[in-house]
Amino acid sequence: MRDDAPRSTSETPAGAAPLVSVRNLSRVFDVSRPWLNRVIERLPLRYLTAVSDVSFDIPARTTYALVGESGSGKSTIGKILVGLLSPSEGSVEINGIDLARETDAAKIGRVRSDIQMIFQDPYASLNPRWTVRAIIVEPVAARGGDTSGLAERLLEQVGLAAEDADKYPHEFSGGQRQRICIARALASEPRFIVCDEPTSALDVSVQAQVLNLMSDLKEEFGLTYLFISHDLTVVRHMADRVGVLYLGRLVEEAAPDELNEIPRHPYTRMLLEAAPRLDAFGREIDPPKGEIPDPISPPPGCAFHPRCPIAVDRCRQERPALRPLGGARVACHRAGEEGTPTA
Amino acid sequence: MSDRPNRPAVLSVRDLTVEIPTRRGVLKPVDSVSFDIGEGEILGVVGESGAGKSMTGNAVIGLLDRPARISGGEVRLRSERIDNLPYEKLRRVRGRRIGMIFQDPLTSLNPLLPIGEQIAETVRTHMDVSSTEAWNRAVAALEEVGIPAARERAGSYPHEFSGGMRQRVVIALALCAEPDLVVADEPTTALDVSVQAQIIALLKRLCRDRGTAVMLVTHDMGVIAEAADRVAVMYAGRMAELGPVREVVTRPRHPYTDGLMGATPLAGGGQRRLRQIPGATPRLTALPTGCAFHPRCPNAQDACRQDPPPTLAADRGRAACWFPVEHDLPRAREA
Ligand SMILES: Nc1ncnc2c1ncn2[C@@H]1O[C@H](COP(=O)(O)OP(=O)(O)OP(=O)(O)O)[C@@H](O)[C@H]1O
Ligand SMILES: Nc1ncnc2c1ncn2[C@@H]1O[C@H](COP(=O)(O)OP(=O)(O)OP(=O)(O)O)[C@@H](O)[C@H]1O
Ligand code: SF4
Ligand code: SF4
Ligand SMILES: [Mg+2]
Ligand SMILES: [Mg+2]
Repeated sequence: MRDDAPRSTSETPAGAAPLVSVRNLSRVFDVSRPWLNRVIERLPLRYLTAVSDVSFDIPARTTYALVGESGSGKSTIGKILVGLLSPSEGSVEINGIDLARETDAAKIGRVRSDIQMIFQDPYASLNPRWTVRAIIVEPVAARGGDTSGLAERLLEQVGLAAEDADKYPHEFSGGQRQRICIARALASEPRFIVCDEPTSALDVSVQAQVLNLMSDLKEEFGLTYLFISHDLTVVRHMADRVGVLYLGRLVEEAAPDELNEIPRHPYTRMLLEAAPRLDAFGREIDPPKGEIPDPISPPPGCAFHPRCPIAVDRCRQERPALRPLGGARVACHRAGEEGTPTA
Repeated sequence: MSDRPNRPAVLSVRDLTVEIPTRRGVLKPVDSVSFDIGEGEILGVVGESGAGKSMTGNAVIGLLDRPARISGGEVRLRSERIDNLPYEKLRRVRGRRIGMIFQDPLTSLNPLLPIGEQIAETVRTHMDVSSTEAWNRAVAALEEVGIPAARERAGSYPHEFSGGMRQRVVIALALCAEPDLVVADEPTTALDVSVQAQIIALLKRLCRDRGTAVMLVTHDMGVIAEAADRVAVMYAGRMAELGPVREVVTRPRHPYTDGLMGATPLAGGGQRRLRQIPGATPRLTALPTGCAFHPRCPNAQDACRQDPPPTLAADRGRAACWFPVEHDLPRAREA
């Protein structure tokens, strides 16, 4: 790591078992028209591969970020990790236990309470008819746990007031609601939280409050995060390791500074160049080419080839494997070649 | 660089005030706002949710939803007042001389009409050309905004395009009658970054080339920094700061703008913690006395709690603030 101020990752002993381990994860959705239409219009079954052969580890007490544009499979991976969706192939182990295959109910229960999720929309994810107290303690109450004073304590931990427990969600602003979501996620004392675009719906000043809070809680409780975002700048600020997704596949993975300074995959470079910057006054860039192709029939070979400025014949035929390069993993035939940025 | 655009103003807004009568009193989502936009100039309007950005844009184009109404000030397009025009006249001005681009392209497109016909119809309504000529212009407009195979695609319906392509069609529609002014309200907020970069580059190029004035409303300071010439920062319905974009971003004078900059994660990384603005944006029903920002402001003094700072004029002053931020050193983020 080239960071002088050590982050928590560099303190994790090398070789320690990761808290979360994702292996060859794939998820396919059946997006066929209804049966009758198919028969009448003679349409074939259609499948959409939302996540394809994704593998990564998250060491305990670190933040792993997934970035990518819409439809790249970020939320699908997050939902599989918390058990809201099942994988079509591959496995997810949390603390050594594979929820999809484990049969011991006690073990499943323990892992389940170790995992929580925070969603993008703090409006939709809170039941408007429940008090804040009922919302926060629900995950604990559902397991018959002790909830006395719990909501009040958590509200103070996330920077709200104990009195807020008796109020209803509509009495709070967007940032305050996201704090309530965070308090609820903390109630069952989880070790691992999947945060799916937790600040995308918030204003920058509110985003700053929520991101700082998440960092503080991570230190205080030794939390591990999967942080899903489309904003590379936010990701650089929050993550210890970043995975870049394109059409359901991991195309590059690196530490955030390395990813920003020596992006090795052409798609990562495109994302970084396209992101609006506060210091790029009147910048005239050659905007990226094309748009994300139809995920139902992705281009053969490297799925990025129709938009890639350095594609060669091989890219159209052969899919690049994710391979280690420097401190990163990259899925590009040409990464590391003379003349392409490596280091 | 002065705060005043060097070119003659296309749009001139003076002391614009919008009121909404409610049971709890009269709200002012836009309060004494003044600014100019020159030929070929892009004015960015930023601020957080509820600051009054869209209300200001809608008041300029005369599209306020009831019960909101303009209660004071004036809007001039090439020195002609347009805020008090009768409905029919205003509608013509809007179609011919003001182009509009919204966050959701589908609000501007008729789902039942091929895109080429929509553009040709707008051309014919506002310009004296034959229908063949109008169709040819529509195809040319689609080509110009980068719709591939424009002549064939002109016959396609809006739902047959991706979100990014639809927004290109809306830009073609907004520009086809060669308007003086384009009001774009969060035109790229729903799009992916790569498509956003395409749309912003397109908008910049077309408007510069034609000398169209652009009011670009967005909550994204990064987009403003790259696209705009000058920026207006709004807070609680008022103009907090107005100036050349580089000045405002690197040396913000209003404590709110300064707070926004500190709260934004930098592309270069390196911040251990983001600077926070304490508290939350006030509701219009409970605006603080004096300067509406005072409960959150690190510079606030007694004067701020008592009297609102003077409103910003279009042509002088940078920040509506009693005690603006002083900068000794240029910020690290300066390019
Ligand atoms: N239940 C579903 N049925 C069919 N297709 C789905 C389903 N859920 C997701 N998809 C598809 O899978 C792909 C990945 O979706 P996902 O929601 O994981 O993307 P994402 O990266 O989270 O995007 P966004 O940034 O828009 O949230 C998309 O093409 C999406 O349309
Ligand atoms: N009918 C109404 N009654 C009362 N208040 C209203 C009404 N319509 C809008 N407002 C208020 O007017 C203010 C200005 O809204 P506006 O839509 O201009 O904000 P904005 O800056 O565009 O925000 P955003 O970034 O969320 O689009 C907001 O505080 C909003 O709550
Ligand atoms: S494999 Fe080929 S097409 Fe894909 S990113 Fe690398 S160079 Fe571009
Ligand atoms: S007028 Fe006073 S309270 Fe308002 S921004 Fe300036 S210093 Fe702060
Ligand atoms: Mg998602
Ligand atoms: Mg708005």
